[in-house]
Amino acid sequence: MNSIVATLNKLQTLIVIGNGMVGHHCVEQLIERGALNHYRVHVFSEEPVRAYDRVHLSEYFTGRDAESLALSDAALYQTPGITLHLGVPVLEIDRARHEVITAQGSVTYDKLILATGSYPFVPSIEGAQDDSRLVYRTLEDLDAIRAAAANARRGVVVGGGLLGLEAANALKSLGLEAHVVEFAPRLMPVQLDEHGGLALKAQIEKLGVGVHLSRATQSISAGEHYRYRMNFANDEFLETDLIVFSAGIRAQDALARQCVLEIGPRGGVVIDDACRSSDPDIYAIGECASWNGSLFGLVAPGYQMARSVAATLCKQIPEPFMGADMSTKLKLLGVDVGSIGDAHGATPGARSFQFIDESNASYRRLVVDATGKQVLGAVLVGDNSYYDTLLQYMQNAIALPKEPASLILPSSAGAPTLGPGALPQSATVCSCHNVTKGSICSAIDGGCTDLAQLKSQTKACTGCGGCAGLLKQVFEHELTARGVSVDKSLCEHFAYTRQELYALVRVEGVITFEELLARHGSGHTGCDVCKPAVGSILASCWNQPIMDPSLVPLQDTNDTFMANMQKNGTYSVVPRIAGGEITADKLIAIGVVAKKYELYTKIAGGQRIDLFGAQLHQLPDIWAELIEAGFETGHAYGKSTRTVKSCVGSTWCRYGVQDSVKMALLIEDRYKGLRSPHKLKFAVSGCTRECAEAQSKDVGVIATEKGWNLYVCGNGGMRPRHAELFATDLDDATLIRYIDRFLMFYIRTADKLQRTSVWRESLEGGLDYLKEVIINDSLGLGDELESQMQLVVSRYECEWANALKSPEKLKRFRTFVNDKRPDPDIHFVEERGQRRPIMASELNLIPVREEIA
Amino acid sequence: MNPLNTLRTHDTLASEQDAVWQSVCSEQDLVINSGVVVWLDGAQVALFYLPDAQGKTLYAIDNHDPKSGANVIGRGLIADIKGELVVASPIYKQHFRLEDGTCLEYPQQRLRVWPVRLSRGDVEIGCRARG
Repeated sequence: MNSIVATLNKLQTLIVIGNGMVGHHCVEQLIERGALNHYRVHVFSEEPVRAYDRVHLSEYFTGRDAESLALSDAALYQTPGITLHLGVPVLEIDRARHEVITAQGSVTYDKLILATGSYPFVPSIEGAQDDSRLVYRTLEDLDAIRAAAANARRGVVVGGGLLGLEAANALKSLGLEAHVVEFAPRLMPVQLDEHGGLALKAQIEKLGVGVHLSRATQSISAGEHYRYRMNFANDEFLETDLIVFSAGIRAQDALARQCVLEIGPRGGVVIDDACRSSDPDIYAIGECASWNGSLFGLVAPGYQMARSVAATLCKQIPEPFMGADMSTKLKLLGVDVGSIGDAHGATPGARSFQFIDESNASYRRLVVDATGKQVLGAVLVGDNSYYDTLLQYMQNAIALPKEPASLILPSSAGAPTLGPGALPQSATVCSCHNVTKGSICSAIDGGCTDLAQLKSQTKACTGCGGCAGLLKQVFEHELTARGVSVDKSLCEHFAYTRQELYALVRVEGVITFEELLARHGSGHTGCDVCKPAVGSILASCWNQPIMDPSLVPLQDTNDTFMANMQKNGTYSVVPRIAGGEITADKLIAIGVVAKKYELYTKIAGGQRIDLFGAQLHQLPDIWAELIEAGFETGHAYGKSTRTVKSCVGSTWCRYGVQDSVKMALLIEDRYKGLRSPHKLKFAVSGCTRECAEAQSKDVGVIATEKGWNLYVCGNGGMRPRHAELFATDLDDATLIRYIDRFLMFYIRTADKLQRTSVWRESLEGGLDYLKEVIINDSLGLGDELESQMQLVVSRYECEWANALKSPEKLKRFRTFVNDKRPDPDIHFVEERGQRRPIMASELNLIPVREEIA
Repeated sequence: MNPLNTLRTHDTLASEQDAVWQSVCSEQDLVINSGVVVWLDGAQVALFYLPDAQGKTLYAIDNHDPKSGANVIGRGLIADIKGELVVASPIYKQHFRLEDGTCLEYPQQRLRVWPVRLSRGDVEIGCRARG
């Protein structure tokens, strides 16, 4: 028998029920550990979309869509051997027959993993229904909240825990006046102590969110000024248009109860240290599992369980699940909150240090053991910069300094922060993916010198992202320790980064290279690294004509001659065809020019026409004719705005919802001539079908019924990267304002020759930070960025039209300054009806050049 | 005449005393801090004019880039690398010393250089004495 068939027949069936974060991580781990050699894997998901990042769910309201929240490429679930059944709930488990039953039939299993997660607990309250009984867990829940918020002014969240505050943030980002109603006498009663709760309350109220503590909702009735009235004890009430319940979660153990697995005292499938349920063929992981009577509602312990089960099923030695650290660090409504270990000081003999700053509503508590040598726990409100150090003290049982209080005193008091060097190799840096300092070091020893690469290799910081700061510190410390100094000097002439030079040019109003070199550089000449970089900075800032005598020597040949040099020293010419829209007359004019100068003609990727094979001395004549026909330069030669690709949009297309061509023309006209650290490509699609492929561009715009969705930092080319959804349903003016700010912020902060995609990946704080800067103007730069862009826009002039006016500038467009002949070494042959450069192998009749010794 | 059959006949001169100075263009034809190209009896010579440089301000170097096979050196960018003036080929970016034509990256790719001077507003290139 064929060996492949034999192997196939030997395969067992493994079923995973649930495709949340933990279920997904388990599948990833199974693949990585070679499970597909032993099992056919079926994954059943009740939800209609594949696993997404629930930790960042609230970003669904600030611009991210289901796809960008997804935890993996769709390709993962197309791996042969894996079948993902989306929107197919499992109805029943028949343990006797080893079958799971769905509406579509039954599937037999050999092993089964329950990763069914949890569901929101909604207390039974009279009158709670429809928009007064919303919950916050799935994308569908969020769609319901969004729909309810459409005509609402005020929204209330019942529950002041971690998720409740997240939900309040979501309501706030939907533009509602948000209130939080909590049964306990303080916020986040599980993680915070009394003072911590008070500090958090003060901070949140400052943000305009109403906080109502010690309130139990007894009933919900119709309101007078809003849709509903929530009735509390003592005749108190609060009116609102919608209510979201976030009063805790319950393990989703319905299937386990149905098939009579052992259930824990607080719900959940009882598991042992190997995550096995009372049926040895059934495992349970994540929020649906009960270990030692405890449930774990965080992603890190769920991932630990997933890894353990994956190892067991792949016949590897699993790390037993021994409970988990429930420490957590969050930004809730923009307020830092951290809770580590025994935050309440419940351990017998525990002693506390507290720091209270009432003026800033900041609070820190450090809990140490009876001997005063070890950290047991901590509470942080208002400033999480203390978190990483405290967590490492606790997790690694590092001996406390003489004055433990110094660990929570303001940093100016000279607190001994625990340097990354002090961490043992076994210290966990990323608890989501269980990445230790040791594994980071070995990645670095393996040649990794780039933070983004480190993240993708080790997966560190790709879960909740909470370890970003620590990871960077460890990374930089270890690099330095290995003598790898990251010299960020531009070149030997400037001991500055591109960003620093940009700031100097801006602040000091420098307009020539010589001036900058004299003030901040060394030598008299510069080089082929700093000259084009400074030339680009000067152009981005002041947009002087690129052919001005002081700028000419700075440019690479393409910018100098405003054309693209090809391999044989001839140039290609690309007139601007904005948005890819062109009249018949202009098309004919291009044809006439191409024919006259015998130029090879090709439609380029950006919806315009490239004309190849022009010699230097021909460029002015060619451009005179193109400009006469109404064309202007396309800047194909510059690190600058290239094209705005567009689909035909609502004027012709039966699906289009906006006029994408008109928007493309507006954008291309605005940013043409903008010089930047690297080329810039744009696209505008007229509907969600996305025919213009906007999600592969630096700036992508996709029409919606209500306006435009803006995507940024996409890239085709060598390392493709999908653009990320940045803002939704923008009107024209807001769209342009965001693009203005985005582009100028990129120009200001990017490294030389850095595309927006790489820049975005290197941005500390990521997309959120970018949104803060651009949308919420967190740096107060908005006006400045816009006015800088306006200067560039208003100074726009077609460089070719400008050059043609000046005999001095045209002086250089001569193949030989003392002879009219063309370059005699340029030869063409004909192929498919056009000219192309002759190849070396076709040059056999031409004598070899004399070489000198 | 078939230009393809033109052979280069100008070797580097042993010394400028042997030179016959030939006027190739005027000072006005030069572009400051950048290059232009002249035709010299079948050879293509790139002229770089650096009026602010300390020491020599005018250089003549072969326009032919041996790596790409194209005549493009005159359109390259001038750079100062560790104190030496070089020109970067615009196609594959390798650097040639203006002083003697040596390539920094590939020493076997050496470009021919010529003595060159400004004389009463004319640019003159030193060619080998005949005979």
